[in-house]
Amino acid sequence: MTRFGMLVFVVAVAAGVTGPFLLRPFGLYLISMWAVLTIAAIGLNLTLGYAGQVSLAQGAFVGIGAYTAALLTQAGCPFVIAFVAAGSLCFIIGWILGYPALRVQHHYLAFVTLAFTTLVFLVLRNEEWLTGGIYGINGIQRPNVFGWSTAKAINFYFFSFGVLAALAFATWWMLRSPWGRAFVALRENPIRAASLGVDTRRYTLMAFAIGSSLGGMSGALYAPLVQFIEPNSFSLGLSFSLLLMVIIGGSGYFFGPFVGTLIAVLLPEWLRVTEGYYLIVYAAAVMAMMAFCPAGLLGLIERSARALGGRRRPETTQALVGGADS
Amino acid sequence: MATFIQLLVSGLATGAIYALIAVGFTLVWQTSQTINFAQGEFVMLPAFFVLAATNAGAPFWLATFIGIALSVLVLGILFKFIVVDPMLKYGVLPLVISTIALSLFLKEGVKDFYSSQAQPFPALVPAIDIHVFEAVISTQSLAVLAVAVITVVALNLLLNGTRVGRQMQATAQNVTLARILGVPVRRMVLYTFLINAVLVAIASILVSPIYLAKFTNGETLGMAAFIAAIIGGFNQVRGAVLGGVVLGVLDNLSAAYISSQYRGAFPLIILVAVILLRPQGLLGRVEERSV
Repeated sequence: MTRFGMLVFVVAVAAGVTGPFLLRPFGLYLISMWAVLTIAAIGLNLTLGYAGQVSLAQGAFVGIGAYTAALLTQAGCPFVIAFVAAGSLCFIIGWILGYPALRVQHHYLAFVTLAFTTLVFLVLRNEEWLTGGIYGINGIQRPNVFGWSTAKAINFYFFSFGVLAALAFATWWMLRSPWGRAFVALRENPIRAASLGVDTRRYTLMAFAIGSSLGGMSGALYAPLVQFIEPNSFSLGLSFSLLLMVIIGGSGYFFGPFVGTLIAVLLPEWLRVTEGYYLIVYAAAVMAMMAFCPAGLLGLIERSARALGGRRRPETTQALVGGADS
Repeated sequence: MATFIQLLVSGLATGAIYALIAVGFTLVWQTSQTINFAQGEFVMLPAFFVLAATNAGAPFWLATFIGIALSVLVLGILFKFIVVDPMLKYGVLPLVISTIALSLFLKEGVKDFYSSQAQPFPALVPAIDIHVFEAVISTQSLAVLAVAVITVVALNLLLNGTRVGRQMQATAQNVTLARILGVPVRRMVLYTFLINAVLVAIASILVSPIYLAKFTNGETLGMAAFIAAIIGGFNQVRGAVLGGVVLGVLDNLSAAYISSQYRGAFPLIILVAVILLRPQGLLGRVEERSV
């Protein structure tokens, strides 16, 4: 990481810690939502940005995580265990789902995950005995974590922010390990990675399963944040939004999901002046961005920084060669 | 038995509509590697062109032509030049994202600028029930089937019987070789986009009397088109036709005989089964993977 990047990072963390004290309840809700969805977006970024697979199931994994956590905590299970269960369940489902899809051609995962999201929606809607059907699950309590109550909005924000920080650090650490570098290798040049003995299929599957698991953990936080979950929240729309978040921030950049989610969460507020037309503006902006800068906002920043400064290497090759200056 | 025949005929009619959508989808995919995630919205939109023309006072037959023409202009030409062309150089992924955004754009556009309510849409023929072996068959289903069959036959004649059609096939099979042989590749790619626009417009006019014209129609139709294309074989026109018909019939039969709550699930299960057992599709060729 460059010195400038470090500075931005420190400022961002400082803003994340001090900001909430200045916000009204709705603002707190929004930034908590940002922290929760960023976890899911980080997971999707692993699948999309690092393993190069389009997944349209991240919203479904958030849903599975949310329902798992809500049902377990309402049955009296401590939140920490429910959280771990949500993550593990999504890891297993992700593995089972990715196994057939990744055996065949590249774009098939997009279709299989699209189908999966619809199936999950149908199960959530139809299996009333378990999920409450279209009425969803009401009155989900904010958890007590090791004796600390997160019932107050600001406490819940700090809890989500803490989980986000821990999971982000774990992902960062994983991507820097020899094992994680294989993810980058298989995105940059799958054939070369394969010829160097990286089992590309296995690593792609692993990236997808870990990404799904992060989706589940995000869902486990989503349930107590919103306190009411219903099947429609986790339909294809959420998966599309998460995909757009990762792309807008910059897929394959570690901080891409943070930026993309921030924009996706705040944009509806900023575009309130456009009233009902916000989604049209959003969709048009995404199309324009794809046409001019498919690498996303961070890609755009990097490109302009390179145009200004001249000789900064792109982050991807840095990650590959070990990043002498990182 | 009578119920079975009824379900079969209405399933065939729905399947024929799916087939038209899937054929357009595979044509565009073959010549330009564009996976159009907005294909469902492409089917939703022309019905609103027709409705707008009718509201402006045009008789239905004229409104239909205006709808098809606008569809060719917007979903064929504008889509090709504004959305697809600037992005082809970046590869498949950005284009996939862009068509996802486009689907959102079209859906929200119709909702905000036309109506969020389902609109009644005039049928091609008056609904009369015909009794065949105790089964009741609607003339509407028969009309849908007839139009779809005529369209597919005409498309087949165009693709196999004319010089332009063969050039389009050559472009789909091997762009470089086609270019060397003097095929105007760029024009051929544009033609497939235009054909797709006509096909989705026809599908739209056929499906809207049944489902009513609504901005969310594209969601199920687009999904049906993907599934039909994959079941039949991504690289074959007749594969897409077969996939569409199989899907329509199975959808109807499973909803009636197994579970209507999980109606949406059966096509997905078939999809996963096909991907597992025969990823090239029922009629597809195995594509050599270029590395």
